[in-house]
Amino acid sequence: MPTKIEKDEITGTETTGHEWDGIKELNTPLPKWWVYIFYATIAWSLVYFVLYPAIPSLSGHTNGTLGYWSRGEMNASLEEGRAQRAPFVNRIRAASLEDIRRTPELLNFAIAGGRVAFAENCAPCHQAGGAGTRGYPSLADDVWLWGGTIADIHQSIAYGVRNANERSRTSQMPRFGADGMLDAAQIQDVAEFVLSLTNRSTDAARVARGATVFAENCVSCHGDRGEGNVEFGAPALNGQVWLYGGDRATIVESITNSRSGNMPAWSERLDDATVKMLAVYVHALGGGR
Amino acid sequence: MALRHATIEKNVILLAVLTLVTVVIGGLVQIIPLFTIESTIERVRGVRPYSPLELMGRNIYIREGCYVCHSQQIRAFRDEVERYGHYSLAAESMFDHPFQWGSKRTGPDLARVGGKYSNDWHVAHLIDPRAVVPESIMPAYAFLANRPLQYADMPRHLSALRATGVPYSDEMIANAIADLEAQANPEGDPAAVLRRYPRAVAGVGSRTGPVTEMDALVAYLQMLGTLVDFRDVRPEDLRQ
Repeated sequence: MPTKIEKDEITGTETTGHEWDGIKELNTPLPKWWVYIFYATIAWSLVYFVLYPAIPSLSGHTNGTLGYWSRGEMNASLEEGRAQRAPFVNRIRAASLEDIRRTPELLNFAIAGGRVAFAENCAPCHQAGGAGTRGYPSLADDVWLWGGTIADIHQSIAYGVRNANERSRTSQMPRFGADGMLDAAQIQDVAEFVLSLTNRSTDAARVARGATVFAENCVSCHGDRGEGNVEFGAPALNGQVWLYGGDRATIVESITNSRSGNMPAWSERLDDATVKMLAVYVHALGGGR
Repeated sequence: MALRHATIEKNVILLAVLTLVTVVIGGLVQIIPLFTIESTIERVRGVRPYSPLELMGRNIYIREGCYVCHSQQIRAFRDEVERYGHYSLAAESMFDHPFQWGSKRTGPDLARVGGKYSNDWHVAHLIDPRAVVPESIMPAYAFLANRPLQYADMPRHLSALRATGVPYSDEMIANAIADLEAQANPEGDPAAVLRRYPRAVAGVGSRTGPVTEMDALVAYLQMLGTLVDFRDVRPEDLRQ
């Protein structure tokens, strides 16, 4: 293989000196614009090394003269968002729930903010618009397990129901059947009585026996006529709204094994202003007292 | 020039030495940063190895391919932090083998799903996602509630993880099966489990019947993202 570099006559470019069976390879230089951009990227990498975190060492890395860190940049953008919302959020934080309801611009802001927080945090159980589903009460009607005033609603959201928070709402219906407090016949009797509260009983003798069982075991929470009690989160048994179902089999199941739905204490996950906005939003869904 | 191509190409020893030098430089650039990986794990308190029940739930999470549609990585962006909560830390997955960061979100991120919903909600949702989230396209996993959990090899499971660097103590390994059953039992005493595995969610199982795969998965989901108490952490502590 000859290694003689010569000038190609046609193009005026030097050859590489390689030759195969008389075919020679031209050593065409890279375009100037390409070469200069390439040098510029090398120069920029040196600038970058100085300005930004770049070179690892045994105990970390160089920090760069700009002091940039990606988490710091995100903290700044979070701050920026807070600052944008601050004029309203600070007023919501300072105002009482009643004042928020009475001030139209605060009310609008709280409902708008509450709607967003509700969709992310509450709708998975209580459904879109607070429609509710089996086991998760509707928030759009005027039947309330733990009270429907805005203060009650705020309390329920902030501290939840039957959770580990020390201010959680809590109550526990006994497992009348599973723990042997009532026998199977008594449970059938009292279920018949509960059905009679909404005029659905078919056996007057059972209702009479069930009334006695009800008076001895149930009235302290559910009330004399099954009207319920928001102090204990005891649902009304004399209406058309049933959390788990109002048919005979479901009532028997509820008496036998009890029910104990629970809800997180949202003040542990969300800030004060968001909890307040949620309370205002839920109160405005339709059934707030 | 002394080192013309022709010179290098014609001297096999020189070619080998220079090739070695080049490969060594490339290798060191990739390998040296790994020696400093400890410095990228934030020093936060609360992260602990998975409890036996959570670990089995995690195995089911992996078996069912939950990571295909759910990520466990809240990135350090404002929109993600405002929706899901504090961005994920390296420390929070330091005992994961393998980690479940995922790369796609067909469903929502799960890095901080723990405690967000009740146990009952998770069970209802896994049995029939549409029952609680009408617009969901997640498949149903109802069969998990009917499959007894296989956990007889739990101590060996923990030992294997200890070999990879997860700090399971002898006590944890010796009590693995008892801890698993105590965490699942809604009427048991979870004090010992909570001492060994703080913040574990106990009582996820049913009163009757064996521990199911559903119980384990719920215990795992309810723990996710709850170990670090961010009230104790200042933003500048998380500078890597």
